[in-house]
This record gives sequence, C-alpha cells and structure tokens, in this order.
Amino acid sequence: MRVLDLKLLRDLRRLWTQSLAISAVLAVGVMIMVMSNGAERSLRETRDTFYERNRFGDIFASASRAPDALATDILAIDGVARVDTRISTFAILDIADMTQPAMGQVLSLPSSGLPAMNIPTITRGRIPEPGQRDEVLVNQNFAQAHGFSIGDQFGVTLNGQKRMLTITGTALSPEFIYTIGPNSIMPDDRRFGILWMDEDVLGAAFNLTGAFNDVSVQLGRNADPDAVTDALDNLLKPYGGTGAFPRKDQISNAFLDGELKQLRVMAEVVPPVFLVISAFLVNMVLGRLIALEREQIGLLKALGYQRTEISWHYIKLALVIGCVGVGLGWTFGMLASRGMAQLYAEFFHFPYLVFVQYPSIYAISAGAGLMAAALGAVGAVRRVVGLSPAVAMAPPAPTRFRRGVLDRLILWLKPRQPTMMILRSIGRWPFRAALTTFGIATSASVMIAALFMFDAMDELLDVSFVQINRQDAVLQFAEARSDRVVQDVAHLPGVMAAEGVWSIPARLTHGHLSRRIGVEGRRPGDTLSRVIDTDSLDLVRPEHGIVLARRLADHLDVGVGDAIEVEFLTIPDSRHKLIVTGLAGQYFGLGAYMEVTTLARLLDRPVQVTHANLLIDPAREEALFNAIKGAPAVAGLTLLAQVRQSFTDTIAQNAGMTTTINSFLAALIAIGVVYNSARIQLSERARELASLRILGFTRGEVSYILLGELFLLTLAAIPLGLLIGRLLAGAMVASFDSDLYAIPLVVSRGTYMWAAGVVAAASVVSALIVRRRIDRMDLIAVMKTRE
Amino acid sequence: MNADHSATDRDPVYRMQDLTKTYRTEAVEVHALRGVTAELPAGEFVVLLGASGSGKSTLLNILGGLDTATSGKAWFNGRELTAKTERELTRYRRDHVGFVFQFYNLVPSLTARENVALVTEIAANPMTPEEALERVSLDHRMDHFPAELSGGEQQRVAIARAIAKRPEVLLCDEPTGALDSKTGVQVLQALDMINKELGTSTLVITHNAGIQAMAHRVVFLADGNISEIRENTERVDPSKIEW
Repeated sequence: MRVLDLKLLRDLRRLWTQSLAISAVLAVGVMIMVMSNGAERSLRETRDTFYERNRFGDIFASASRAPDALATDILAIDGVARVDTRISTFAILDIADMTQPAMGQVLSLPSSGLPAMNIPTITRGRIPEPGQRDEVLVNQNFAQAHGFSIGDQFGVTLNGQKRMLTITGTALSPEFIYTIGPNSIMPDDRRFGILWMDEDVLGAAFNLTGAFNDVSVQLGRNADPDAVTDALDNLLKPYGGTGAFPRKDQISNAFLDGELKQLRVMAEVVPPVFLVISAFLVNMVLGRLIALEREQIGLLKALGYQRTEISWHYIKLALVIGCVGVGLGWTFGMLASRGMAQLYAEFFHFPYLVFVQYPSIYAISAGAGLMAAALGAVGAVRRVVGLSPAVAMAPPAPTRFRRGVLDRLILWLKPRQPTMMILRSIGRWPFRAALTTFGIATSASVMIAALFMFDAMDELLDVSFVQINRQDAVLQFAEARSDRVVQDVAHLPGVMAAEGVWSIPARLTHGHLSRRIGVEGRRPGDTLSRVIDTDSLDLVRPEHGIVLARRLADHLDVGVGDAIEVEFLTIPDSRHKLIVTGLAGQYFGLGAYMEVTTLARLLDRPVQVTHANLLIDPAREEALFNAIKGAPAVAGLTLLAQVRQSFTDTIAQNAGMTTTINSFLAALIAIGVVYNSARIQLSERARELASLRILGFTRGEVSYILLGELFLLTLAAIPLGLLIGRLLAGAMVASFDSDLYAIPLVVSRGTYMWAAGVVAAASVVSALIVRRRIDRMDLIAVMKTRE
Repeated sequence: MNADHSATDRDPVYRMQDLTKTYRTEAVEVHALRGVTAELPAGEFVVLLGASGSGKSTLLNILGGLDTATSGKAWFNGRELTAKTERELTRYRRDHVGFVFQFYNLVPSLTARENVALVTEIAANPMTPEEALERVSLDHRMDHFPAELSGGEQQRVAIARAIAKRPEVLLCDEPTGALDSKTGVQVLQALDMINKELGTSTLVITHNAGIQAMAHRVVFLADGNISEIRENTERVDPSKIEW
C-alpha cells in the first residue's frame, strides 16, 4: 500500500465519528432514492402485470339496459380490440356479524366461466356454477374482513328479493385494487364488498336477461381513445348510457395513480436535499482537515508530489466517506423498498408482488452520492493545494478581520468580548454561517412537511364532516325515483330528517377543457349536506346557474360569471349553456350543484332523487337497518360516522409512520449539521479557546463562545426553516391534488412549535457532545503547538 | 535537593517541595520533574534555562495552574497550589497569573484593545486596556486586528493582555522564540519595564542563554531537576542583549 493511502486510512480512523455522521446523511438521501424508486417501480410493474394478465379495461361505460347484440357493434368500432359486457349493480348485504347493512357491488359472470376482461384472479375456491342461484364469489379482502371461509353464507337483497348466498371462492380484481364504495372516501372492507354471480341469475333478478348495463373495452394498437369514447357514447345513448370514461378516471386506478405519484415525488424531491447537505458537510469537514494539514501539503509539494496527486488524495477521502454512505443507503434502501412495496401490495390488494430493482437507480444514486461527496471536497482542496510549498509550510497568518458595516453595528451594540467574538466570527465567514443556517433550517422544514399532514387532516375532517356533510347516512336508491320517495324515507323508523339529492352524470366543458362528473340537484335550505364557501353556508339558490367546486372550476379554468357547457349524459340531446354562479369549497371529489327545480325545468321532467341524506336517531338505528335490509328500492346505505372513522384510522396509521420517520430524518440532519459545525469550530479555534481557558475563563464561558454562535445560527435557522417548511407543504399539497381529493394547506402553531422544538433539541444535544470535548481540552499542548 | 537553593531574604512568591511529574504513555514513563525543591522570591525577574526536555515547561505549567504535579507540593504566596481543584485553578489563573506564549495566542477576531478587554472584563481590579497598551507602547495601534500587527507588536499586545489584570506573577514561555532579535529586544524591554514599574514577579522560559543577563536570578534545569540557581549581581539592560 502506498504511504499516502496509509495516511488516508489513518485519517479516516481519526475522523470516524464525523465521517460517519456525513455518511449517514448521505445514506438517507440514497436510501430514500432507492426505496421510493424501488417501491414505485415495483408497484407500477405489479400493477401493469396485473392489468395485462387480467385484461383490465381501457375504457368503461354504463347504461341502463342495452341489448347483448350491441356488443357486436361496439367491437366494430375502429380501434376496439376486445369488449366485455356485464351486469353491474349495487345491493344491500345482510351479514350475520353486523347489525348495519353492508353494501355490495354485484357483477355478472358469464355462463362460460370467467369474463373476457377485468378477470378476477381466484385466490381460493372456485367461481359459482352456471345457473346456481345462490352461489357467489367475493373479493378476498371482504371475506377476510368478515372472517368468511368457503361455504359461509350471508344475505343479499337483489331488486327487492332477499336471498342467502353461499361463498364458493374469493378473488382479487384489477378493477378493485383500491376497493372503495359509493359515497365513501376510504376503503372499508367490512361494509363494501364485490360479489360475482352468475349472469343468468342476475339477469333474471334485475330484468336484464339478454341485456347488459356495464361495458369495458380494450383498445387495439394505435387506437384513438377519444374517438372510441365518442363512438361508444353514441352507441349507448339510446340505452341510457352515462358517458364512457377512460382508465385514468376509473376510481381504483385513479387512487393508485395518486399513490404512485406521491412515491415519485418522494423519490425525486427528498434525496437532493440530503445530498446537498452531505456535500456541504463534506466540504466543512474536509476543508478543516486540509487546513490543518497545510504544512504537510507544503511538505508533500516540496518533496515533489504533483498538485493532482495531492488533490486526489483528499478527494479519495471524500469518496471513501461517499462509498460508505452509498453502501449504507443501498442496503437499507433495498430492504426498505421491498418492505414498502409489500406493504403497498397488501394495502392495495394485489394477488402478487412483482418486485423489480432497476440497476439504473443504484447507479444513479451512487453517482449522485459520490458526486455530492467529491464536489464537497473539490472546493476545500482547491483552497490549499494552490499555495506554493514555502507559503504552505509557514504557519497561516492570523485570519484577517476587518471593520465593515456589520462591525460598526456590532460595536454600537457594545457587547462583551466573548459576544464580540461570536458576532465577528459570523461576520467573517458569512457564507459558512449561511450554509449552516440553511442546513439547520432544512431539518426544521422536513419536520413541518411531515407534521402538517395532521393539521391538514384535521381541517379536512372539519370541513368535510362538520361543515359540509352533516348527515349520518346516505341512502342510495337503486335507480332514480320520484322525489315523493323522500317522504317515505322520512317515515322510516329512526329517521329524523331526510333530504333528497338528484345526481345526473354530465360532461362539463369549457373551451378544450372538460370533465365528466355528476351534477347534483339540491334544494336551497338543505342542511344535511351543504354547498358552502368561506362566506356563504348555502350557495345553491333558485337561479338559472350552476355552482362548481372550486377545484373543478380550476380544472375547467372558469370563475363566477363564466359560461360552461353542460351535457347531461343520460338524457338524449341535452346540452345547455349554464352560468357559474358560485364556487364551493370542498376537498373531496369535484362537485357541481344546481337548484333542483331549475334542473328539472331545464331537463323538462319532474324532480327526481337518486339518493337521500339522513339524520338518524341512534336509539332506533337497528330498526332502520332492518327496514333497509328488506327495502327493494334501496341499493345501499353509507354510514358517515364509519367513513369518518376509517378515514381517520388510515390517516393516523400512515401519517404516524411518516411523521416518525421524518422526525428522525429531521433530527439526523440537525445533529449532522450542528455537530459537525461545532466540531469544526472547535478544531479551528482550539488554540484560541484554550488560551482563554489559560487566561482564566471558565469552561462555561469558553463554551459560550463556541456554542453561542451555533445557538445564534440555530435561532436564525428556525424561522427560516418554518418558512421553507410551509413552502414545502404547499408544494406537497399541490402534488397531491387529484380529481378524487385535495389536501388543504394548513400548518398549525403546534406544528411550528414542535418542528422548532425538535431542531432546538437536536442542536442542544450536539452542543452537549461538543461541550464535553471543550471540557477535556489539553491546555498545555496548546501553548506549544503553532496550529 | 540542596537547601541552599531556597535561601532568600524576601518572602517567596512560589515555594516548591519535592515536585515530581511523570507522564505515562502506553509504553514509556517520562519523568519530566524528579523532585524539585526551591523558593522563588517575589518581585524578581527570573529566567529558567535548560535544554529541551529539562522540565522547564512542566515546572512553569504546574506553577501557572495548567498542570498538576504527580507528587510533591507547591505554594503560591503561602497557598498550596497542589491542593486546588480544577475550578480553583481556573480561579487562580484568572485572578493572579498573567501568561505570555511563544505564539502570542491572540484572538484574531478581536482588535488589540479588545484582546486586552477580554481579560479586564473578568478581572477584579484591572487597569484599562488603553493603559495596558500604553505600557507596551502600543497606544497608537489599539484598534488594529492581530493580522494587521507585526510579530513583535502581537507579542506586546499579549503582554499588555497579561498585565492588564495586575497579576502577581507573569509567566512567559519562550516569549521571544518566534521573533527576530530586534523585535525580541522590544518585547524583553516591555517585560523588564513591567517588572520594574509594577513589581510583578516574572518567570521567563527561554532557550536563549543571552537573556539570562537581564535577570535577577537564573534557574538552570537539567534532566527534571534544578542543577543551579545563580543570582546576578549586575543586570544587563535588554537593549544590550543580542542573539
């Protein structure tokens, strides 16, 4: 081994704590890069494989009753490669282990066996025998949630007829990776299940023999999705088509997309922060090391070593630190990405996990990590290697301090000399002070970005469940009914109030922008579910206009007073120009609202209702549930309290984990930056500080000079970090925004305080570690050594 | 130890009794002091001479409260230094001792005046920084940073900083070691003047035998022990010293 390499190893041994601190920060960046990327790619690969093998549809559409023969016409559409028609409906389930009714989406299975598209993967048992009226295949998570095994039974009300079904098997479907029921915002496997039953049985029950009400289409190569969608709409319109929509609007797929997007944001945004910080730390530590080795560098040059050889020696040191960081990052990243992908696969109900690791991400992360370390080294090396041997071997002249504007300010403050030393030191190395401040600030901002989610969820729950949705339950009718049904519902046992809502699928268009959503007809003065804004609690007025959710208006790029085109998809030739009369604040879905009589007049038909919002007397809940389980017209009942509960649970679980991880990361950054800064300051100023000790300054007084500066920088860093954190939260909120939901940007005072507290605590801990070194300083050596 | 080494007619500022100091490293034991017994009278200018490793710095460190003896005792003005705790030694340095180092050890971020103020702010009965700097003839350079001063000037600032608290003893470890002969003489003149005018007991370690001529008393150390103490009957003015 060459002597210089020997020196490298000894240097590393001497600097191992600091080196490890840098490696750890670097490792976190690499780890998150590998983990998020691995999880995202594996999840994407798993999804794509599942979609492909099980022939997940590209375009979906519903109708009220279309003849089976229409399938041939659909297949004839240019660009359509495969068509699958079926019966899809909602039904009330009566399950022995719960008093409340559950809800099921019932899908038909062809008599030939499995469907041609959206094929469920059987995980246990078998599919129902053709013609078997009482056999059912259920989705696996529903079965698990109830502890069902094959042969177990539960009740279902199909078009008013109650019957007991026997489970023949369980399955997972590409359509229900994220299994979410109507009127819900979170998966709830106890209260929402997918049921596959024999086509003939369903056809008979729903009067759909020889007909279908749901169709999926797979596109061929080079197909034009828009053209296919239009053609499909035209074909289905006479049969009550509700408008075709592409895969990206399919609800399970949309949620999955959102999740993948978040993972990608994490993989792309977080690691650079850590890499920059580790580059900064490498620069600090190496800069100091090299400054201390000034004479040795001079000697090496005098002995005839080339500038490049000496530079390479120190860059190698940085690269070793970098390699350790990359190695750690790879190891933990690989483990974590598998764990994370598995967690996701379970949460999303994939039948298997295709765990892929792309070598490219390892190469990229290693490149980025080593680059960060090397870049950090280059600046430090350049400062010293350029000196001539004679100059380098002489002791460095005392650092030049000058009087500037800042200094006049300091003098005006008339501080005591130790304070003066702190202020001058910051003034002398403003860039270094700024970097340290920024580093500490980053840790506070990471904390905010983690914690604000709790605040956002509080706000979201408050707005969605206290201000907007005040109903206890939503009763879904099997099909649109006359609004007189609301009176009947109001007379059901336990119902204290009922308000009807008429929801009609529509396409809203403004210029080239368009969205397919449900327009809801509401009565002014309805209180169970409100359309509100910051300054109005009831935006629905008897006016000839439409109220849009603010996010929907943004998507369509319209404001109050603008006109949009509304095409009601279930009503032939029903296109209308409507003026936007209000913008509603809401975080879930993209709603559009009209006054119900205006809507009826516009459509030239009597007022109808598709669902009803209910206020329930908890004491008589059971009576209501029993009544509903037998009601023919009812397709489902969603209990809002449960929606809220499952939402809170999921969030608490996810956010709790994220917060723990991010708090740890934030503390790691803070300690990495503060500890290294303090250590470097200590080594740079050891002589100065020891001189003061000799002059009779106490340990506390000397520590004040060193740590005072860091505390001052921490103090400056905290508000900066809170500000950056707020901006980061804003960016995250923007990246999470989807058609399904948006996250409010709310950061509470408690969150700010907690972030500030964690950073301050990390600073104090680092300071205490360094303080111990100050206490053990060798006073005698200092008198003799020159530097 | 010979009893005649401690013979003196004045009260001693320092008294040492069988002082030993042993440094232990992994493999070797170094006996830096091997039982030093002596008395140093107050108000004198004492030069400690000796080869490298003779123990002169170790002795100065123990007397200055920077190091502790392995065995034996030392007294400062009748108070036992060897019995003091670390905290009491800090207090002792703060109140009674002025240090001058070979490499000045000024704080680079503070001006000459502020470097002196560093000490006057924590001392009980200090002179003003201005007065201290005037005594070393640096009143015209008070607002300069160390980087703006020559080596001799920096050392004189260090002396001003050391005397500003009116210490009873001034301990100087190779104060001229890093200086050329001309600026070295200026520093010696400043030390001599402080000793004369303030009566500060002054201990100077040096390699430079020429300096002994200006001392009241010269202590020769060899191999961890005092080999000779010589009293100068006639003192030479620092300006006549050359090296």
